[in-house]
Amino acid sequence: MAVQTRPEQAGGRPRIAAPRTPYVSRRGGNFELNSWLFMRGSGVLLLVLVFGHLFVNLMLGKGISAIDFAFVAGKWANPFWQVWDLAMLWLAELHGVNGLRTVINDYATNPTTRFALKTLLYFSALVVIVLGTLVIFTFDPCIDPHSTLAVCQTHH
Amino acid sequence: MASSSAGTLYRGREGMWSWVAHRITGILVFFFLFAHVIDTAMVRISPAAYNSAVDTYKNPVVGLMEVGLVAAVVYHALNGVRVLLVDFWSRGPRLQRQMSYGVVALWVLLMVPFAVRHLMNVFGG
Repeated sequence: MAVQTRPEQAGGRPRIAAPRTPYVSRRGGNFELNSWLFMRGSGVLLLVLVFGHLFVNLMLGKGISAIDFAFVAGKWANPFWQVWDLAMLWLAELHGVNGLRTVINDYATNPTTRFALKTLLYFSALVVIVLGTLVIFTFDPCIDPHSTLAVCQTHH
Repeated sequence: MASSSAGTLYRGREGMWSWVAHRITGILVFFFLFAHVIDTAMVRISPAAYNSAVDTYKNPVVGLMEVGLVAAVVYHALNGVRVLLVDFWSRGPRLQRQMSYGVVALWVLLMVPFAVRHLMNVFGG
């Protein structure tokens, strides 16, 4: 047995078998390359969005113990937080779906299992994105006619 | 499972364990996101529905689980930066092992103050 050389020491001759799939130029774009890039781009944005979300909701004031309907109403009265939460919702869900898609591709070898898991995955993503977007845009802080919130006192 | 007479690329050191932890924390956060969007959707039904949903979270057991959730989010975020540096920084691949320890150090540095503050809020300190 020859002594194994580490790829970086082998002077461009790593002892790894050549990939079985040869390079082919793609006319209709490269989905896997695009999703790889998306993971990195969305990851950077999510770092800011999620850390900001956690800091404002859990660290400021009384944190988790102060979260109730009035807290949400107070945040979404400001378009800044609506846009923030909408961007976070879409990016996190798509980032997560793409990650889970990769995990399914790695471990589910049976075609039927793969199809079933991916169908479930994409259906759950559709529910989360549609439901979450509707909630952010159709939120009504005065949904309760007897609301005592300050914003609900002006229009009866 | 991949098998090759020349061995596999992963040999169970820092790089592989970072990958494993990234995967586990990612899956965990993904499932939480599903629950979190459903619970937040209760604001569309009534203030009482939303308040009773979040009230089920306001106890010491869920409070501790939240520390675990944030620990997963923070690890995934910091290791994600390491992945970016490995991919796009010329010295990244060479320093990936050192960066994996940097990720753990920074994770501890962020998690200690977070856990103290959060558990104070949970236990009413």
